[in-house]
Amino acid sequence: MISLKINQKQYDVDVNPDMPLLWVLRDVLQMPGTKYGCGVASCGACTVHLNGDAVRSCVTKISRAANQEVVTIEGLSPNGDHPLQKAWLEADVPQCGYCQSGQIMSAAVLLREKPDPTDQDIDDAMNGNLCRCGTYLLIRKAIHLAADMQKQGAKI
Amino acid sequence: MKNVKSPLSKAFVIVISLILFIGMSAFLLEPASSTTGNEYLGYKAKDSAASVKAFADVYRVLMSPRCMNCHPAGEVPLQGDDSHIHQMLPKRGKDGNGIYAMKCKNCHQPSNTPGLNTPPGNPKWALPPADMKMVFEGKSARELAQQILDIKRNGHKTKEMLIEHARDTLVKAAWDMGEGRKPPPLTYSQFVKAWDTWINTGGYAPRK
Repeated sequence: MISLKINQKQYDVDVNPDMPLLWVLRDVLQMPGTKYGCGVASCGACTVHLNGDAVRSCVTKISRAANQEVVTIEGLSPNGDHPLQKAWLEADVPQCGYCQSGQIMSAAVLLREKPDPTDQDIDDAMNGNLCRCGTYLLIRKAIHLAADMQKQGAKI
Repeated sequence: MKNVKSPLSKAFVIVISLILFIGMSAFLLEPASSTTGNEYLGYKAKDSAASVKAFADVYRVLMSPRCMNCHPAGEVPLQGDDSHIHQMLPKRGKDGNGIYAMKCKNCHQPSNTPGLNTPPGNPKWALPPADMKMVFEGKSARELAQQILDIKRNGHKTKEMLIEHARDTLVKAAWDMGEGRKPPPLTYSQFVKAWDTWINTGGYAPRK
């Protein structure tokens, strides 16, 4: 049995310790917000936070997450009102939407560590998250927007 | 006007030339630590030939993709057997662990991820830090030997620490880098032997 803390809730799962965190989230705990993209840590669709870092859950064994703090897109904010989520809506970022939860989870780390990022900071932080619809410019716009919201006191 | 040289003056020129050549050779085969010489290594006994020969093997390993890829000249690591720029362009960051959402350990796990084209792993996975980049890429054998034995450029390693460094688990991981990656050109034990020999015989830098 492996103990997990995901989105502030405690879970015990009986799975192979080598199972990727992504499979536990999606198939065992029924949290489908985190997406499977490439399976080899090359696209970023599966990004979640592990102790605050934007790990690729498709290659992160569940044993690494045991008793650690995991946050998924479902837990980024209680009511979907994280500045990034609001900015994403305002900038109308998604097209197909498949990569967007991973994009937002990576952007959340950027804004925490660099509250007022430049375009270069955004590129440096987001290079590992691919978007086949090519929404990169909208993503950049939304991150700047979220940074502004954050400066104005929105909770992050 | 005739240009006449006596046998005596010819001999003088030859002797001077020999002295200059020997003097220059001494500089070309100096111990790798250019600032403190062998005092740094704590050795009085020297064997420059054995030392330089051993470093030739060390250099082949250090310049192989398994070592050089994480000792890049730029801010982005290299990747693959052809040492191309790492996809996704992850940057070194101040401490060598990457930046923002692009930290090394976000993808590189404590152990290798199974399968082809998956991230190799190690608990220590990182680049050298920004204030001590320890670049291998593009260095000649002479330049790299001098860098490794310069305590101001080698991660502040003493002789003992350098000897120990060859036994480091991250160094050893170069020989177990996951599926589809070519190992360094020597075996791990051959590398350690060459490394020790290079240092213990005086840490000489090759001429080039």
